[in-house]
Parts: sequence; C-alpha cells; structure tokens
Amino acid sequence: MASIELVDVSQSFDKNTIIPRLNLKIEDGKFTVLVGPSGCGKTTLLRMIAGLDRQTSGSVLIGGSDVSAIAPGQRGVAMVFQNYAIYPTMSVRENIEFGLKNNKVPKEERTRLVESISETVGLRPYLDRKPSTLSGGQRQRVALARAMVKKPSVFLMDEPLSNLDAKLRVQMRVELIELHKKLGSTFVYVTHDQVEAMSMADTIVLMNQGEIQQEASPAEIYREPDNLFAAQFIGVPPMNVGDMGQDGVRFGFRPEHGLLSTEPADAHFTAKGVISTREMLGSETIYQVRTRDHSFMIKCTEDLFSVDQDIYLSVDESKLFLFGADEKRIYRDDRRHNTYLHALRGRFQ
Amino acid sequence: MLIQEKKQVGGKLRYRIRDHASLRLLKRLLGFVAKLAVLIVFIFPFLWMISTSLQTFEETLAFPPTWIPAAPQWHNFAEAMRSAPFVTYAKNSVIITVSVIVLQMIVMIPAAYAFAKYRFWGRNLLFGIVLLAFMIPGQVTFIPVYLMMADWGINNTLLPQIIPFMANAFGIFLLRQYFMQIPQEIIESARLDNASEFKIMQKIMIPMAVPALATVALFSFVSHWNDYFWPLVVTDSTAVRPLTIGIAMLRESEGVSNWHIIMAGNVVLVLPILIVYLFASKQIVKAFVYSGIK
Repeated sequence: MASIELVDVSQSFDKNTIIPRLNLKIEDGKFTVLVGPSGCGKTTLLRMIAGLDRQTSGSVLIGGSDVSAIAPGQRGVAMVFQNYAIYPTMSVRENIEFGLKNNKVPKEERTRLVESISETVGLRPYLDRKPSTLSGGQRQRVALARAMVKKPSVFLMDEPLSNLDAKLRVQMRVELIELHKKLGSTFVYVTHDQVEAMSMADTIVLMNQGEIQQEASPAEIYREPDNLFAAQFIGVPPMNVGDMGQDGVRFGFRPEHGLLSTEPADAHFTAKGVISTREMLGSETIYQVRTRDHSFMIKCTEDLFSVDQDIYLSVDESKLFLFGADEKRIYRDDRRHNTYLHALRGRFQ
Repeated sequence: MLIQEKKQVGGKLRYRIRDHASLRLLKRLLGFVAKLAVLIVFIFPFLWMISTSLQTFEETLAFPPTWIPAAPQWHNFAEAMRSAPFVTYAKNSVIITVSVIVLQMIVMIPAAYAFAKYRFWGRNLLFGIVLLAFMIPGQVTFIPVYLMMADWGINNTLLPQIIPFMANAFGIFLLRQYFMQIPQEIIESARLDNASEFKIMQKIMIPMAVPALATVALFSFVSHWNDYFWPLVVTDSTAVRPLTIGIAMLRESEGVSNWHIIMAGNVVLVLPILIVYLFASKQIVKAFVYSGIK
C-alpha cells in the first residue's frame, strides 16, 4: 500500500515541454484515473511514476519516500501497457513468472503464486501456451496476471482496455473494479475515454496541456465542473455551451437538462428552434436543436419529436452553468453570477 | 432487342474475362521460364562439380563431356583426402569459423541493442562509423591489418584469421534494424519486472532475434569458411591453414589436369555449407518477414 505524490514535477523532451509544473497527491488504496485528450501529458505522468522516464525537475514520492533515483523494477510498482507488452517467446507461465524470478522468489513459492493468480484471471488452462495462440482478451489477462503476481503496492495502467472490443471492454471494466476492491492497492489508470474514467474512478484527475484541470470524484466533476474544459470533456454528449454576447461570458447546460416542448414554456432559459437531427439510442433519444444563435444537443428519455419539427427549448435556472472569459466557472456565490443569470433571461427567445 | 443487347454485353464481358485469364497464364509461363533459366545458371556449375568428382580421369577429358559417370568413382574422395593433411585443414577451418561467429555474436548483440534502444551522446556518429566499416571494401584494409598483425607478431597462426573479423558491421546493422522493431514497451515491462539489462538481452532480445541471428551467422559462416585470400596472405605453414587453401593446393600436388580429384575436394569443402543452410533456411526466411505479436 502506498500513496503517490508528485512535487513540482516538470517533464520536457528535447525542447518540448510536456508538463510545465505539476503537483498531485494520489491517495493510498484509491482508484485514480488520469483522463484527458491525446497529448495532454497523462501517459508522461504515469511513466514518471513508474520510473521509465525521469522527470526533468521536481520529485516523485511513493509511500512517502523519494523514488527519483530508484530503478523502475525496485519501486514496488507494476504496469499494464496498452499493447500488453507480453514477452512473445515465453509461455504464459514464463511471462507471469519472469518478475518473480528476477526478484529471486524460491521455485515452490513461484509455482504456487503463478497457479493461484492464473486461477484468479482464468488463465489456468493456458499456462503452457505461447502468447501468439491467445486471443486479445486472454493476452490482456496475461498482462494483468504478470502485474498482480508481484503484489505491487501501486498498479499503473496505460489505456489497458483500448485494444479490446466494446463488449469485452465493458466486462473487463467491471473485473478491474472488482480486482481493485479485492487487492486494495493504489490504482493509477490512464485513459482518454471519459466513460471509462467515470465508471471506474474513485478520483478523476482531468488533464489538458500538461496541467491538471480538475481533480474530483466522478459525480463532482460531472455536477460541478471547475471550468469550461471539464464541462465539455466529461459527459456524452458534452455540455451545451452558448455565448452570452456579454463580456465573453458563456453559459452551459447538460443535454439531459434541456426540456423540449411544442408550446412555449416558462423557464429561465428559453429558445425557439427546430430539430435538425435525431439519434434514437434505445432507452434515450438525442436531438440536435438548431436555434437562431446556437446548436444544442438534447437528451430525452422519450422519443416524441421528429426532424424538422419546430420546438421550444427550456432550461431551469438551477441547471445553468456560467463560465467567465478566462473559461473558469462563475460559481453561485460569485457576485457576477446573478448579474449574468439575470441578463440571460429571455435573451435568446 | 433488349435481350440481344444484353447478350452482346454479356458476350463481351465473358470474352474480356477469358482474355485476362490467358494473359495471366502467359505471365506465369514467362515467370516460370525466367526462374528456370536462373535456376540452371546457378545449379549448373554445382552439378558439374559433383559429376566430375565421381568420374574417372579419362571421363573428365572426354568430349563431348560426360554428364553421368559410367561407374561412380567414390575412391576419388579418399584419394583427395590422402593427398594432403586434410584433417588439419578441416580442423583449422572449423576453429576459425566457429570462433569468428561466437566472437561476432558477443560483440554484435550488445552493440546492436545499444544502437537500437539507447539514446546516448554520439550515437549517430558511432553508428555512421559502423556503416562506414560496412561500406569500405576489405581490399582497402588488407595491408594495414596485415602490418598490424605482423607488428603483434601473430602472423602465421590462427589468430590473425579470427581477430580482425570480431566486429561484423553488417551484422550490427541487420540486428539493429531487427531490434528496433521490437516494441519499447516489452523492454520497459522487463525493466519493471526488475530485469537487468543483461537479462533483458539474454531472455528477451536474443530469443526474439533468433531468425536474424541465424541469418547473420550463416552469412558469416559462408564467407569465413570460403575465405581464401586472407588466410593465404597471413599464413605460410600447413599447420594453420584452412580447407580452402588445402583444396587449392590439390591443383599443385595433383597436377593441373586431375580435375576429378580437385572436384572431390571441392565437394567436401561445400558440404558443410549445404548442411548448415538446410537447417538455417527456415530462420532466414523468418528474419526477412518478421512481425511481432500485436
């Protein structure tokens, strides 16, 4: 068990600065997901924790002690890579055993550990097979077993599910959550898929351009985004954002909070529009509504409208978010909040 | 009217398809003839050698030439073996070739691994020098290397036939290309598994590079087993000379016209290469069509 702390770390390759300066504390035993668009520095961060790339400045602490000068194999971390990185010339057993052998674990214990782990991940019948004869999901399990068998205090995972098909991915997601519960060790998981982040994380660390945008639980990051980036990255479809036309302030609301009706409604934000597309997804339907100034995605549980239909859109006051010109959230206790909210009323009718 | 048109269109279509088929057949036929021609050119001297090695002296001189000897003269081989200290020659050839290959592996694998997977100061310059060594013809370095060996006082031993070939520039180049295709994550995984760099090479890189290593070893084997000029230059006693020189000397000891004996000696010389190739060919094909596990 170990917490991870990054203190004033920066990372540059040649002359490209990937992470300018970053502080982050990852709690012991938590499932933390680093999420963000490609090139945001999340994998760089993970590799610094693993010790595969040394940070340009600052320090990395695992379990309270500085590991900056410690080799990757001795940090007590295990990592699962996106492409699994299984040793192709070794059998499944040898793959799982390799780390134990290097750590001079006696043979009987090795055999016992390999067998119990392979039982856990369902690889027992394949122990003597070569990785090339396994399916994608099975290779993924080999990679997981190889990490688990070392009983690391920290698990690092770099987009481990992105090479699997959609169905298997959902299944492995559940298995990873269960695994985390069972092991109770610190998980740091990198993904660009916000659905994965939302479904698995205790804490989401949202990153963009080498900087942390918000660090919170999935529910909080969804309900109370700190800034425009967080509001638009988390959620499918993302938050609708419109320009107020005043001081560069923008307003936003979640697709499920827009109400559609054929008659004008009395709500804080109302707009007249026309339905331009309709996506029927089964349990819900997503409409694209084009108003005079904007285009909004609206999620409805009922499928009542059709394309080209004239419609009224309304959003309740409590469901509206405001963002300043600096893209930071204007919270309710901010003095400007009421001014802008007032200005919004009736503006786009 | 409509049906007629359709038929015509259909007829044209069929005709064109048939046309394509015959064109393909012609192409294949031409390809086959070309391959056959190449095969004959390459195999002719070889079959000629085997045939001659089993002929009598009279048959070798007959015109038109004899293709299949009336009675295979197996004793030609025994005679060839008797005419010179062939056991010594063969022993020397084996020692030289095996030592060269083993030493080359020891130098080549870590060098290729470093060039492929490490970033260090002067890497490109050093690799450029390796490529340069690969491009300079041996003839240019014969004299300086000869003088160096003479300086060390080791000429006329086995050593000058081994030491100058320890570093194989082509091998380093080929193996580096091969190593570069191995995903970095596999090496990083091994580092996280607490494996030393030596262990990574031994347990991961070498097993994955077996086809490339087999290819380099075979090329090395052929070129050093067949080497004639360099051993001739650096040695002058039978005790340290390889098989190639021994075979060439048959011409002197047997007289210029005893071709059946000389060819028997040549068959003996070429046989090990054939045997090794039979074992290595599968690996060589693999080396050129490498693809890792996705």
